[in-house]
Amino acid sequence: MFRVAVVRFPGSNCDFDSLNSARRAGTEAYFVWHRDTSLEQADAVILPGGFSYGDYLRSGAIARFSPVMPAVQRFAEAGGPVLGICNGFQVLCEAGMLPGALMRNSRLTFVSRPVDLKVEQTDTAFTNGYERGAILRMPVAHGDGRFVADEATIRKLEGEERVVVRYVAPDGSTCIETPNGSINDIAGISNDAGNVVGLMPHPDRASDAAIGNTDGLAFFTSVLDWSSANARTR
Amino acid sequence: MTYRVHVRVVPRAGLLDPQGQAVEHALSALGFREAANVRIGRAIELDVTAQSAEDAKARARVMCDKLLANPVTEDYMLEVEG
Repeated sequence: MFRVAVVRFPGSNCDFDSLNSARRAGTEAYFVWHRDTSLEQADAVILPGGFSYGDYLRSGAIARFSPVMPAVQRFAEAGGPVLGICNGFQVLCEAGMLPGALMRNSRLTFVSRPVDLKVEQTDTAFTNGYERGAILRMPVAHGDGRFVADEATIRKLEGEERVVVRYVAPDGSTCIETPNGSINDIAGISNDAGNVVGLMPHPDRASDAAIGNTDGLAFFTSVLDWSSANARTR
Repeated sequence: MTYRVHVRVVPRAGLLDPQGQAVEHALSALGFREAANVRIGRAIELDVTAQSAEDAKARARVMCDKLLANPVTEDYMLEVEG
């Protein structure tokens, strides 16, 4: 069975949402503690949302040096799929596994509400189950979600089509104001191989029909198809 | 020897600093029209055991590059006491 490791840091609070979403997608999902140094034969890894280490210093700055992170880094370098959601995205940026950084929201408020997203890139481990251009609705809940990077990095991300999801208006047009002031309305990006994806919105909170939204479920099912398609190269 | 090291971390010039802007507006509202270009960062103080002040500074620089400042978004300044 396909094994998904959900890494728990002190202060993770979407660990169960990620675990349950991965299980609903038909995988065998389990927790890995941040002090562990093994991913226990994982086929995919999720870094969940929350406030690891109380967001001390900077969001994700301390979690990035957890004992488990070298294993996560090796796993990603070998082509293993890694998804960072919200705080998990911040950890991936701090670790240098994705470019850029997440800074304080431009309006200084913690934003917790549903947002609309456009799927810009489907050739990734976590979005291949979507149609390109699909409009999704899922919640954001963050204070530090403003994606920034230097101009050259932004040009590279856009040029290589590594912006995975972008904040849009409900009809898919450019939104008047993003929740956080991100450059180019960027909500999520991938590495160049497409196996590492990070985003601020929460697909893990939008993957259960019981709460009225399954727009995010394909993030968790996509990885099954990606892994079987990439099995030979891995 | 132990040296007291003062680290100042500030958002890189050119990057939006909404906290700085909000404080600048507040200062202006209080009548401090002479205040401009407010930037808000953080101050970190630590003791560093080293052979010399220069060594202490060099070690603190490595700490900044690795953890204390984010190379993508922040600049830092170091001062060593004594």
